Amino acid sequence: MERMPKWADVILTPLISLVLAFAISALVILAIGESPAEALKVMVQGALGSSYGWGFTLYYTTNFVFTGLAVMVAYHAGLFNIGGEGQAAMGGLGVALVVLALPWPHWALALPAAAMGAALFGALWALVPAWLQARRGSHIVITTIMFNFIAAAALNYMLVNVLRPVGSMDPASARFPEAAHLPKLSEMALGLGVEWGRNTPANVTFFLAIAACLLVWLLIWRTRLGYEIRAFGKSEPAALYAGISPVRITVLAMLVSGALAGLMAVNNVMGEAERLVLNAVEGAGFIGIAVALMGRNHPLGVLLAALLFGFLYQGGGELALWTSIPRELIVVIQALVILFTGALDNMVRMPLERLFAALRRKGA
Amino acid sequence: MDFATLIQILDSAVRLMTPLLLACLAGLYSERAGVFDIGLEGKMLMAAFASASVAYATGSAWLGLLAGIAGAAAMAGLHGVASIGFRGNQLISGVAINFLASGLTVLLGQKIFGLGGRTPSLSGAARFGEITLPFADSLRPVPVIGPIYAELVSGHTVLVYVAFAMVPLTWWVLYRTRFGLRLRAVGENPASVDTAGVSVVRLRFAAVMICGVLCGIAGAYLATGISAGFVKEMTAGRGFIALAALIFAKWRPWGALGATFLFGLLEAVANRFPNLDLGFVTVPSMFMNALPYILTVVILAGFVGRAIPPRAGGEPYVKER
Repeated sequence: MERMPKWADVILTPLISLVLAFAISALVILAIGESPAEALKVMVQGALGSSYGWGFTLYYTTNFVFTGLAVMVAYHAGLFNIGGEGQAAMGGLGVALVVLALPWPHWALALPAAAMGAALFGALWALVPAWLQARRGSHIVITTIMFNFIAAAALNYMLVNVLRPVGSMDPASARFPEAAHLPKLSEMALGLGVEWGRNTPANVTFFLAIAACLLVWLLIWRTRLGYEIRAFGKSEPAALYAGISPVRITVLAMLVSGALAGLMAVNNVMGEAERLVLNAVEGAGFIGIAVALMGRNHPLGVLLAALLFGFLYQGGGELALWTSIPRELIVVIQALVILFTGALDNMVRMPLERLFAALRRKGA
Repeated sequence: MDFATLIQILDSAVRLMTPLLLACLAGLYSERAGVFDIGLEGKMLMAAFASASVAYATGSAWLGLLAGIAGAAAMAGLHGVASIGFRGNQLISGVAINFLASGLTVLLGQKIFGLGGRTPSLSGAARFGEITLPFADSLRPVPVIGPIYAELVSGHTVLVYVAFAMVPLTWWVLYRTRFGLRLRAVGENPASVDTAGVSVVRLRFAAVMICGVLCGIAGAYLATGISAGFVKEMTAGRGFIALAALIFAKWRPWGALGATFLFGLLEAVANRFPNLDLGFVTVPSMFMNALPYILTVVILAGFVGRAIPPRAGGEPYVKER
């Protein structure tokens, strides 16, 4: 396993993959007759050039941290959870049910309750695929894909037939009560006397996301369960031999993963929309795959990758606004990042390993 | 429900199942050779866009079909390079392909046509027309058989008949040819195929490319057969329903025919009766739409007949040295 120094494995390989992905994205921009440099300028200015841009970038980042962590935890157990989209959608249902159920006096009470609801619904939505994988041997990738579609249909049904207020045509829930309004980062800044990011959706959930990164790190690398998850993910027979129950680990890892994906709903449903709408997740569940891959399945990496994708998302919106490049450019970049850091990993890794082997021979 | 309505629903089911059937058979070749493919959706989408664009530019649906096949085959080639050549994760590669197609089609469509990702609508020879089979009109007055022949069997585009013909052809290729035997073997135990002196890489690449061609036909049918032009995200999850059908069919060609017919029928019924009233309970259309996925989960769970995937599926083959 000592083929490469650690820094090359952790930093150099993803960096080269990223450069490749962006180089090809630049070619795509050239191919549609636009200037990559100009596009980058618009994106950086729009996403990072003002507190307004940052307010959106951090909002998207918060979403992607949760879905990225969700993919990451499952990945450590050797499970590919592509169901983040459905789990986050179900988390939204949990948030809406909790917030609309009681007359919350203050957001500080509503937030933990809503977070519990989100995590619970997300986790339950991951439980069935997990159990089926562990007990019945059905492939988790396929079942989680199916559960994404089932979640979409279930949510559609709930919004149209159950949660829609009387007299409303919109397939959406009622507005959340004013008291459950989560403070925006801009309002918190104003409380400190700083004018920052007015009218942006970034909210207090951002700190929840940071805390989640820390907790996931603790879970995976500092607890017995985390050790068992990693052992199971590295080698199932070895884990079994060591007395680790595959069923238990599969189910627990997926419960944590689903809960994390569900927690995203605190940000987008409670923090931003303040009501549950159709397709509230908007693909963030899938971006979690790219974020986890790029972040090398480490919470710090996930945070940085989520920030990058937050920047891309906000920048992409600005692109669509100021240039003739459609928003979908971001989807292409996302695809290329997944392709290079995920599927074509060996393309970058194998030459690098050879290079380092050659260097070592020369040094020895 | 009268007989005419029944015929109409069945007719609609045949139209709706065609892209599913083609994509399902496409996935069958790939997965039987041990290469998982969750990128069926992306390949179909790419093909739909390519075929609609070229059909619009040239006015020929057939050239559009070729372009669609080329577009899907390019995506399949990428999947092959990543998952066979570089032994990457097949699932991740499939996810990437879905996103790539989803983004590129809109990006290119906006650049070329400037209609927000749509292509202009197609008419005349740029679409596949409906074929009236011989005697369809003269047989129409015959009770029962007449309408079935004239409405249900006749009056589809050529791609529908191609899709149905692919079922026995696929069966024959898989179970009656040397290529098919090797293809199935490489999905179960690639080492044995390698030992026999047959290239695992070449076989798997062939399977993946066949998958691309079939996805190409499926996409072309969506854009130039069933509808008149490409619309953003027009596959709308059909690639995943095809994947579900493949599991439902237990990776067998005739099963694929049955599974895709069932799923096409569900869609046709959901379209026809948005809220199906069964007397004692009203079934919402959302449930009908979700039913293929629910059924697949049930089948996967092994409660109703077990679906066992090819053994070597998803694992890159590393040749021993």
